[in-house]
Amino acid sequence: MANELLFFMEVLVGGLLAGTMYSLVALGFVLIFKASATFNFSQGAMVFFSVLAFCGFMQDFNIPFVLAFILAAFLMVVVGLCTERLVLRPLMNASEDTVLMATIGLGYVLEGLAQAAWGVEVRRLDLGIGDFPVPWIADNLKLFISALDITAGLVAAIMIIGLFLLFKYTKIGLGLRAVADDAGAASSIGIPLKHIMLLVWSAAGVVALVAGMMWGARAGVQFALVDLALKALPVLIIGGFSSIPGAIIGGLIIGAVEKILEVYIGPFFGGAIEGWAPYVLAIFFLLYRPEGLFGEKIIRRV
Amino acid sequence: MKPVFMTYTKKDLINLAVCMVLSVLIIPTFIKTEYWYTSILIPWLCLALATIGQQIVMGYTGQLALGAAGFMAAGAFAMFNLILRVPDLGFVGSLIVSGLIAAAFGILFGLPSLKVRGIYLMVATLASQFFIIWMIDKFGWFKNYDSSGIITAQDIVILGKPFTTPLAMYFVCLAVTTILTLLAMNMARGSTGRNWMAVRDMDIAAESMGVSLLRTKVQAFAISAFYCGVAGALFAFCYLKSLEPVAFDIKLSFKILFMCILGGLGTINGAFIGAAFILLFPVLLNAIGNNVFHGAIDATIISSIEQVIFGLLMIIFMIYEPLGMAKLWENLKQSMKSKLSSSGIKGVKSPVFKK
Repeated sequence: MANELLFFMEVLVGGLLAGTMYSLVALGFVLIFKASATFNFSQGAMVFFSVLAFCGFMQDFNIPFVLAFILAAFLMVVVGLCTERLVLRPLMNASEDTVLMATIGLGYVLEGLAQAAWGVEVRRLDLGIGDFPVPWIADNLKLFISALDITAGLVAAIMIIGLFLLFKYTKIGLGLRAVADDAGAASSIGIPLKHIMLLVWSAAGVVALVAGMMWGARAGVQFALVDLALKALPVLIIGGFSSIPGAIIGGLIIGAVEKILEVYIGPFFGGAIEGWAPYVLAIFFLLYRPEGLFGEKIIRRV
Repeated sequence: MKPVFMTYTKKDLINLAVCMVLSVLIIPTFIKTEYWYTSILIPWLCLALATIGQQIVMGYTGQLALGAAGFMAAGAFAMFNLILRVPDLGFVGSLIVSGLIAAAFGILFGLPSLKVRGIYLMVATLASQFFIIWMIDKFGWFKNYDSSGIITAQDIVILGKPFTTPLAMYFVCLAVTTILTLLAMNMARGSTGRNWMAVRDMDIAAESMGVSLLRTKVQAFAISAFYCGVAGALFAFCYLKSLEPVAFDIKLSFKILFMCILGGLGTINGAFIGAAFILLFPVLLNAIGNNVFHGAIDATIISSIEQVIFGLLMIIFMIYEPLGMAKLWENLKQSMKSKLSSSGIKGVKSPVFKK
């Protein structure tokens, strides 16, 4: 009995920590959605683009870790700048669906550019943190939990606290919230819309880079990252598109549920149900609570 | 314009005649190389058919769906199993039934559209994509317990005659595509299509006018999945000649989405234009790579460039012409006409994306 419970705990904790990886990707979506009500479908491509650039700087040019990180982050700021200038501004008055389609196009551009610049082969990314159980926890709590999972959890926590403080207590954060509520009104009282957009896209780019590093260390830096990032979509639906805590809780729920389902129910169906289980979970959420756990209620005016 | 035959105008009939002469007489007499049939014309017809399916649900009914390849897989594997297990059905019967099976999936995964829209619906339809592929992959029965993962498609036999040469397969695809395209045009012009477009342009207003949202949306999803299913079966049997779930992954869904949008949302001819463009552009790019640069550029770089260009085109079209290439073609025709006769521009179509 005790062993079964322990095993369940292990599955649960492993799932929760893996869920923070989804949360990290979802966080980038939320940032942009909060500020511009734009659903940025290219977030997955941004994850792939940024981490591939980071790997490329480190491995092809032998740039040290910190400098490569700064360079990759700077690159993401440039991407944000170009996106704001060339894609979002011309589409300022377009419908949501049009902007969504344009971001799908943007995703294609980023994926293509990344592969043209750095090649298509899978790169290994070594962060110096092993993807193996931490001995201390394994000995004392009898739980096998990967060091990488714990790091991802910590990084996610730090980023969330940082973003929360930014939104809540700084002038920029106030501007962000104003833009999110009503972009027109915000710009008419002198909040620089362009700067806010640039800032948000850059922040989303850096979040994408961090998420990509975590994913890359686990699964290798490869094209499949883009598909993995699609799993952030059910996370967003569960958590709500405009809520940072929602992205975290949603990620945790998806991570835990998919692991538990995979371990306890998966064997009856031949396994690998984690490929679609999150989406089906998201459908159930959509049927009963379309705005997600923490999202604002969607009100459509006729 | 006045209809001359049933509800068709003179222009419609001329267009049909031109297309038929072109595809039945001119292409088979002038194109002799197999490459054109096996690598361009057959996949073009199949993918155009799938794109019509995507058009019905996205362009006409305004529901953002992203799972066309899943329904194609359902159609393709249904076809394989029907020919294997129910040989009495024959090729055409199996094709219809496999379309219906795909339609059943379409209804199931279209149901969330009653509650949600936009990106929310997109996630719900992604579930269908992943679920169908997983199901085929995991249950050996669908693949007749073949362990290699790739199954060879059976030969096409219609009324006892084998259709195995590229030209014969081209005619099979052409016949099916023609019939279904005419059907789609009829639906789009009739009350069915008007209901779809009413739901697209303003669902609440449509409902208050007595259009049943449940019926219209579910119908659109079912018909769309039927088209995708038939297209998937043809795609597997005439083009790939093998069946593997990987061939119908999310990338194919995106490709069909691109064909639909670049071609022109809410148009049937846009489906053909878009499919032709997405298929031919890589061929052109490869030809440039081989002949101009003599293979100095790596093939993977060329495919990356192709991806960048598709993405850029998507953005450019969204900014300047959200109605796609069909609209460009329309504009070109209009400007030619207004140059010939100074009567000015008429008949501006309503935009697909509402503000």
